Amino acid sequence: MTAAALYGVCAAALVGFGLFGLITSPQLLRKILAFNVIGSGVFMLFGVIARRGAAGGVDADPVPQALVITGIVVAFSATAMAVALLLRLFKATGEATLAVSAPKDAGGDGDRS
Amino acid sequence: MSPATIFDIGLAVLVLGVAAWTILVRDTFAAVVSFVVYGLLVALVWVRLSAVDVALTEAAIGSGVTGMLLLGAAARLRPAEAGATPPSALICASAAGLCTLIAMGLAATTLILPDPAPTLAPAAMAGLPASGLGNPVTGVLFVYRALDTLLEKVVLVLALVGVWSLAADEEWGGTPEISATRQPDGILTFLAQLLPPVGIVLAIYMFWVGADHPGGAFQGGALLTAMWLLVLMAGVRTAPATGLVALRLVIVAGPVIFLAIGFAGFAWADGFLSYPAGYAKPLIVIAEAALTLSIGVTLGLLALGPPARIDRQ
Repeated sequence: MTAAALYGVCAAALVGFGLFGLITSPQLLRKILAFNVIGSGVFMLFGVIARRGAAGGVDADPVPQALVITGIVVAFSATAMAVALLLRLFKATGEATLAVSAPKDAGGDGDRS
Repeated sequence: MSPATIFDIGLAVLVLGVAAWTILVRDTFAAVVSFVVYGLLVALVWVRLSAVDVALTEAAIGSGVTGMLLLGAAARLRPAEAGATPPSALICASAAGLCTLIAMGLAATTLILPDPAPTLAPAAMAGLPASGLGNPVTGVLFVYRALDTLLEKVVLVLALVGVWSLAADEEWGGTPEISATRQPDGILTFLAQLLPPVGIVLAIYMFWVGADHPGGAFQGGALLTAMWLLVLMAGVRTAPATGLVALRLVIVAGPVIFLAIGFAGFAWADGFLSYPAGYAKPLIVIAEAALTLSIGVTLGLLALGPPARIDRQ
């Protein structure tokens, strides 16, 4: 098994782990984390394809590599936006989940921060 | 088995273990710390996949700046930690089944990819000498797919506008909140005074060397961000007000200069974002220099979050 094949299987498993976290974590911050794990798994698949495309005197195809560099920066932008939305939600409601929770004591003040 | 294969297997197992821990551990703060470690391990995987440019980006942005952003959020969300109820065992079991199926499908796909693999590497290398660049990844980013790179810079600015617009009305143009630990004799203050000069020189080196070797505007910019955040966290300097005109000019300088060079392509070459023969490298270096600074400041401001207080003189 070549290194590229090994990391291909690793990347597939990372996508699986991340997806599981995205579905089952009740907290939004954990969902954002899980989303980043999925993202890095997908990027790693790009890396595997780049490595397999080694030719013309380079060890990895530069086109998928450039796409991943762009992708990492865009993923960071999306994460920063998601975290800002989450913190705003927390400031406004005192909650850090989207779960429809059982009715709490009436008048629980939401403005905690 | 060669030592390299044993290393690869060990690294893959470690990456999967830390990823599983990140997803499953109960405490959110522990999960975020684990994610930072995970990011650094993934950077090692990129080195093993011969993608050093990506490894630098992943270590600096994917692990470093993202980790700092998430650690800050986890600390602020601590009071809400206990409130969430996990889903039922049935949902967890079906999710586990579904995710296993998807992972297995993906794994099978990666194992039956066509051989020899389709590649654009020879084409990318063939056009490279005309640009004067030596690093094919920088070539793809700034010559062949310059439009993608330009749009990505615009995405960064738009994300920052989005984050800032989450501020309350009366805080618009104010200063982002940052929990600085002010200890004049502390180690953090010492590092915040010692490291930035070194880091800034390294960042300039990274952007400069990116034309021919691994490195470039993204990696250099992320290093600048790290230095700036270190100084802010140590309380050596305070965060700038987001309403400052000079700050906003720095944010848009990179994309605007890149866009100007792009439009100038109509006049001096074949069209949008094309460079005149012989001048490709100097123009790319000018665009990258401006972008390095803009990226550094924008990433830092994204990590700091929306403005939260108004400083009155």
